[in-house]
Amino acid sequence: MSFISYLVNGVSLGGIYALIALGYTMVYGIAKMLNFAHGDVIMVGGFTVFMTMSLGGVSPAVAVLAAIIVCTLLGVTIEKVAYKPLRNATPLAVLITAIGVSYLLQNLALLIFGSNSRTFKSVVPVKAWKVNDTLTISGEAITTIVVSLVIMLALTLFINKTKIGSAMLAVSEDRGAAQLMGINVNRTISITFAIGSALAAVASVLLCSSYPQINAYTGAMPGIKAFTAAVFGGIGSIPGAMVGGILMGIIENLSRAYISSQIADAIVFSVLIIILLIKPTGIMGKKYNEKV
Amino acid sequence: MKAATKHNLVTYAIVIALFAAAQLASATGVLGSHLSGLLVPISYYIILAVSLNLTVGILGELSLGHAGFMCVGAYFSAMFSVITRDVITTPLLRLCLAMLIGGLVAAVFGVLIGIPVLRLRGDYLAIVTLAFGEIIKNLFNAIYVGIDKNGLHFSMKNAMSMNLDKATGKTLINGALGISPVPRDSTFTICFVVILITLFVVMNLTDSRAGRAIMSVRDNRIAAETIGVSITKYKLMAFTVSAFFAGIAGVLYAHNISMLNTKIFNYNTSIMILVYVVLGGLGSIRGSIIATLLLYLLPELLRSFNDYRMLFYAIILILAMLLNNNEKFKSLVSSVTGRLLHRKGKEAAEN
Repeated sequence: MSFISYLVNGVSLGGIYALIALGYTMVYGIAKMLNFAHGDVIMVGGFTVFMTMSLGGVSPAVAVLAAIIVCTLLGVTIEKVAYKPLRNATPLAVLITAIGVSYLLQNLALLIFGSNSRTFKSVVPVKAWKVNDTLTISGEAITTIVVSLVIMLALTLFINKTKIGSAMLAVSEDRGAAQLMGINVNRTISITFAIGSALAAVASVLLCSSYPQINAYTGAMPGIKAFTAAVFGGIGSIPGAMVGGILMGIIENLSRAYISSQIADAIVFSVLIIILLIKPTGIMGKKYNEKV
Repeated sequence: MKAATKHNLVTYAIVIALFAAAQLASATGVLGSHLSGLLVPISYYIILAVSLNLTVGILGELSLGHAGFMCVGAYFSAMFSVITRDVITTPLLRLCLAMLIGGLVAAVFGVLIGIPVLRLRGDYLAIVTLAFGEIIKNLFNAIYVGIDKNGLHFSMKNAMSMNLDKATGKTLINGALGISPVPRDSTFTICFVVILITLFVVMNLTDSRAGRAIMSVRDNRIAAETIGVSITKYKLMAFTVSAFFAGIAGVLYAHNISMLNTKIFNYNTSIMILVYVVLGGLGSIRGSIIATLLLYLLPELLRSFNDYRMLFYAIILILAMLLNNNEKFKSLVSSVTGRLLHRKGKEAAEN
């Protein structure tokens, strides 16, 4: 029975990774850049919930809404101020700027909240589900799985059925051609950042509820793992990010349980390398043929 | 004299002048004990930046795992030095052997990681190097190594389970606590010599036939392949040399702090080195040296702002990238420098 419980927790962790990975992969697909500051947007979301609940005393639902609004605004602002002027610069210049933004957010959080971890009060109202005597699934795990599945479904529908979604697909396919077809590229990129950051806010709430601690570096490691998950699934591919994220979560949790908790990260990254060696563009990545 | 030779000589001259100035300032006490303590770290960061420039600037592949090679070099050399501490009593000889071991082991890892490099490109390659760095850090964090009269013992659990012989047993790597004490053999003078050797190898490699082949792979892989450049060979060559020197930098690091653990070898360090390389200019060895010097010292100079220094560092980093890619700012700079150069030229002509 313990296997099922590890598996469920793995899927739950994977759901969080998938939500973060979606932000990475959408931004990569459309703006062709690695947004290294994405992990720190998660941290900002977590602190927003923490602050509004402990100082403002608002209800969890309002706090979550506040986090989504703050992260969305933050994401769009970062894009406008730091990335937009570099639209035609080399990818490395954009990468370094993103790293700069990441340092900026981390150090702002350090200044405001100090370096000590704060205890995060879970915002999940769902009670743990006792399946039988040996198997109990925590409310956080259930909520995470349900919320991430619903969001993924909604996002898939949004991308494939709405006009803005089609515009996003078109821009990721060929930016120049999309512009010629009358698509407002700048607005599409802004919307992508807004959606990615809103997903990060949701992920932050779920992450901090499941692992109830928060500090300035909370977003860094999940950010890196989600980025890995996005590459694992094939960067730029939305279903790839979902599958990659969930697989990452399962592999991490199972190796933590059955092999060693200390080298779980090493195992996760080794699996990634092996997958990339077999399939160099990730599980669902597009294969591109080179024309000479 | 060839232009490339002249360019390289200027780079050597800058490094030698900087070394002399630092020695002088350190001897006369201008530098103070805090800044004097930074001379060795600056040196190994320069080696790291120059070696990473070989991968990122000359070969054109993004590597986010440079700290992993540094970690390999540091741990293997530190184990060697701890074992031979009583056998080899000359610190210089011990350090030289340690550097050889650390560099070679890192180079072997470079070949191992270089094989996937051949298959992957761009961001996929970046993520594999990042993953490699994390794996290395994670493994060294979890492993226990000890030595006694029966040889080496390994364990992934704890120091007790190695079953070391009580009388002759010695714990080398104590899990997350790492290796301590590592003999503090690194000195600024040795670091300086190693920097010169690194520069000599990297710059001569770049200017050689092999270096041109490596750059042709960067500029146009297909064209290079068409005219018979072996992509595999030259990619692996650049990657291995880069890993070798990163390993040596790791040796200098390990022998500068007496307590070695994996904390510093995270991806943030790899990214910091990458920042030095990119801000110094991709492919420019001299740029890497100067950028490392400035960017390493910047947080130290901002120390009077204390809590705000890393914030300033982040803002300066962002502004530097934004201004560097701003057409208006660029034309302003070039018109100002152009005018200055023009005036200088005029004065020279009049004299």
